[in-house]
Amino acid sequence: MNRCLVCNEAMKDVLTWRTLLKRADAKVICKSCEGGLERITGERCSLCSRELDGIHRSGDLCYDCSRWESDNEWSGQLSRNISLFHYNEQLKEIIAKFKYRGDYALASIFVPYLREVLKDMEHDLITCIPLSDERLRERGFNQAQALADLLGLCTVELLNRIDTEKQSKKSRLERISLPQVFEVKNQDLLQGRSILVIDDIYTTGTTLRQAAKALKKAGAKAVSSITLSR
Amino acid sequence: MKHSSIPESFSPELQNHLFGRHLLASEIPFSEEMIVEHLKNGYVSQLSGVHAESGKFTCLRCGNEDQSMFYAIPCKVCHRDCAYCRSCIMMGRVSECAKLYQWTGPRLLYPVPDQVMSWDGKLSEGQLTASHRVVDAVNEKGELLVWAVCGAGKTEVLFPAIKTALMAGNRICLATPRTDVVLELFPRLKKAFPKIDVAALYGGSSDRHTPSQLIISTTHQLIRFIEAFDVIIVDEVDAFPYSADDSLHYAVNKSKKSAAATIYLTATPSKRMKRLYRSGKLKAVTIPARYHRQPIPVPEMVWCGNWQKKFLEKKIPPAIGRWVSDRMSQNIPLLLFFPSIKMLEQVNPLFQLLSPKLKIVHSQHPERKERVMALRNGEVPGLLTTTILERGVTIERLEVAVIGSEHEVFSESALVQIAGRVGRSLAFPRGTITFFHYGKSKAMIEAIQHIRMMNKTARERGLLDDE
Ligand SMILES: [Zn+2]
Ligand SMILES: [Zn+2]
Ligand SMILES: [Zn+2]
Ligand SMILES: [Zn+2]
Repeated sequence: MNRCLVCNEAMKDVLTWRTLLKRADAKVICKSCEGGLERITGERCSLCSRELDGIHRSGDLCYDCSRWESDNEWSGQLSRNISLFHYNEQLKEIIAKFKYRGDYALASIFVPYLREVLKDMEHDLITCIPLSDERLRERGFNQAQALADLLGLCTVELLNRIDTEKQSKKSRLERISLPQVFEVKNQDLLQGRSILVIDDIYTTGTTLRQAAKALKKAGAKAVSSITLSR
Repeated sequence: MKHSSIPESFSPELQNHLFGRHLLASEIPFSEEMIVEHLKNGYVSQLSGVHAESGKFTCLRCGNEDQSMFYAIPCKVCHRDCAYCRSCIMMGRVSECAKLYQWTGPRLLYPVPDQVMSWDGKLSEGQLTASHRVVDAVNEKGELLVWAVCGAGKTEVLFPAIKTALMAGNRICLATPRTDVVLELFPRLKKAFPKIDVAALYGGSSDRHTPSQLIISTTHQLIRFIEAFDVIIVDEVDAFPYSADDSLHYAVNKSKKSAAATIYLTATPSKRMKRLYRSGKLKAVTIPARYHRQPIPVPEMVWCGNWQKKFLEKKIPPAIGRWVSDRMSQNIPLLLFFPSIKMLEQVNPLFQLLSPKLKIVHSQHPERKERVMALRNGEVPGLLTTTILERGVTIERLEVAVIGSEHEVFSESALVQIAGRVGRSLAFPRGTITFFHYGKSKAMIEAIQHIRMMNKTARERGLLDDE
């Protein structure tokens, strides 16, 4: 028997010619729960995927992105972020259970959606935003890596989180405004390559921009990202 | 000074924290070395939380055996595919490599204070009979079903038995499915047993992890206990859907000691329980009368035609409309039960035309508590609701109608619980409860028989004052 990963209700296995022929991903979520997920549609920020409401915008960028792009330090670091869903109550609950309760199975809900948008994203290498060692031990898995693994993607580890101890040894000047959180590893792999970074949520865009900046400084040609939600 | 003849010492703090508990390492705020030390000395034992045998998984914490509720993680802790339980994941992930710890060292002893109970209320005749039986069950460490009608006052029935258990140094747990009930009973128990350490456990409660002697807990939280209780009282044992029955029994059995008293409380025992009772496998005592010694109002059945069709045509069936208007004109608070939230939302605009002050409320409604309170205070004339509200609502003079009572969601026990909302106070012991239907269901007839039977038994036992 199959159960919906969100509501745990039993689902009938629907075998259609389409699923048989296309070997599509098995259904893991019921119709009603799927209906609670809201895709981001309509006109959106060409950089971060935020739906543009007409007020807080500057050309085809949202207000936040236009501010990032007007800052010399950050301009052009992240070339594009694709987000799939609005961060509504339903998704908030799913992601919280996935990340904080460690319900790994929930990652499979997003596989078909991610697969569909990945087709159109150019990249040479894929990497995931890493967790700190402590978080990783606590949860037993990295949520971004879980998504990549279930998608069957081949990823490389390019980023490390700088732990807070190392952080405090840095000069004050280096820590001003935004402290650096990532250092690059396997640097020789990324020279002149375009990198796709996977993360779960795009909140302020700071994490992804910091990753992008570190990667570009280390020699990457371009950095884009894919996130479940923003 | 240490003597070699004295057994290895243990940490009383760890004993306090872990005694009777079944916890994950993440729930034990002590150093790893300390736990290892206690494991070595046999004061603590550990087992894999998820047990795999011939390809079949079992969760040792919640008892889940439904294979579709397990999933494997490429685990960064044990470096292999590691199965975890999705059934109890909201209480922290239990997996093959996550150990569950329990205390196996010396037991904690509970001293008996001079005066255990300060409650000196009076029990009705029916309560008293039941109360003696519960005390007997506690003394004999037996099993007993207390079948008490809505409004019988079942909490007070427990007090003498809790006192007996406390005086014997027993550890007691009162488990109930709803957090509201935990919050309502906690102060009452504290007041009745002022010198006893009472703890309330529910999702989100600040778990003090004190080894309290008297615990009031949601049934969910029971899975964090093992071999802990000498007495376990399970309230509203029928409130669980049939599928959850097994996990409740697992949790109850795990949390109590092998020799323990088990008391089930309900107004509407499940078919399974009634069968066990009739075959003599489960002892039971009934409280067929309410505390106020008046019979329970018997539901009337009113045929109202094809209500579903009428509602689709955006009309309220006339019989229902009249029922509502009559009561509103007399300022009688009313509850209308509907089969689903969807229907509730569909019919709401029609009832708004009758009175814009009528409100809807259901389990997922954000203003649920406020609206029930508004009905109680007379600020709204009535509420439209679903079965979710059936338990625990007591409003003076309330009258109730079930719309589409033949619908499958209205089981016998749901209908008995709904009827149990009416006539709760001595000042207004009567009141109408109406089943509006388009063809009688078996559950409707059984519910009416159930209530008639309880009233008849109460009358025979001289527990009513209505004649
Ligand atoms: Zn679902
Ligand atoms: Zn943007
Ligand atoms: Zn479990
Ligand atoms: Zn593991």
